[in-house]
Amino acid sequence: MPVMPVIFETSDCELTALLQGEIDHHTAAELREEIDRAVDILKPEVLVLDFSRVGFMDSSGIGLIMGRFQNVRSYGGSLRVANPPPTVARMMRLAGMGRLGVL
Amino acid sequence: MRGKVIPQNEMKLVIPSRSANESFARAAVAAFMAQLDPTVEEMTDIKTAVSEAVTNCIVHAYRDTIGKIWIEAGIYDDGRIVVQIKDKGCGIPDVAQARQPLFTTGGSERAGLGFAVMESFTDRMTVRSAVGKGTTVTLEKRVAQRYRHDG
Ligand SMILES: Nc1ncnc2c1ncn2[C@@H]1O[C@H](COP(=O)(O)OP(=O)(O)O)[C@@H](O)[C@H]1O
Ligand SMILES: [Mg+2]
Repeated sequence: MPVMPVIFETSDCELTALLQGEIDHHTAAELREEIDRAVDILKPEVLVLDFSRVGFMDSSGIGLIMGRFQNVRSYGGSLRVANPPPTVARMMRLAGMGRLGVL
Repeated sequence: MRGKVIPQNEMKLVIPSRSANESFARAAVAAFMAQLDPTVEEMTDIKTAVSEAVTNCIVHAYRDTIGKIWIEAGIYDDGRIVVQIKDKGCGIPDVAQARQPLFTTGGSERAGLGFAVMESFTDRMTVRSAVGKGTTVTLEKRVAQRYRHDG
């Protein structure tokens, strides 16, 4: 079974989650758990979700981003989306994520 | 009805509503669609729309159970692909409301954007649904054919 891996990196007050593979409802469940676990422990000031290695994403990915956004905001942190490939960026635009200031 | 137009090729797929099948379903439709010689972007559009429809069967139609999902696709001489995704799940009480962007009954991890994505990534989307009977979503897209196949 394909797994959706995520690699974490920390620097200063940032936690970067490098997402890899395809994001759909199936893979988002596991990603959510992994990211929330790391965030709960580290409480980073900025959570960076790096999409450079994401080859496919449907609207489950938007749900994933929004859920993490609320999560970090609940303790005063912020979220930033980094390096979305064109198709992922299109999905984010459709979701109106530009207005959130996370892009 | 487009009844008299016969597809150049067609396929049918029946899968249980397990979330691991989301990637299989969109990849299968994309592989079938390759016969139309679509661009990568056109392929991604259909993959994304199919992923949304299949996910809705898994997450909403058969929320607490596993049911069957029927996927039928046809490609036509004029470069159209038509994909139908059908479930016999709970049905949608108010389709117009469900199609509104951001509307969801799925809780905080759902964006409520599935129908908006299907609509914007295809040329046409229709939804037929009856409470207690199930839902059928039909997606249609014409790909710009760069050259025509002879066979
Ligand atoms: N196949 C289906 N069976 C039952 N309800 C559905 C189905 N597809 C969609 N819905 C309903 O329509 C709503 C909106 O769907 P969608 O736009 O895909 O957003 P989301 O899946 O994020 O909730 C869902 O929350 C659900 O209530
Ligand atoms: Mg959906």
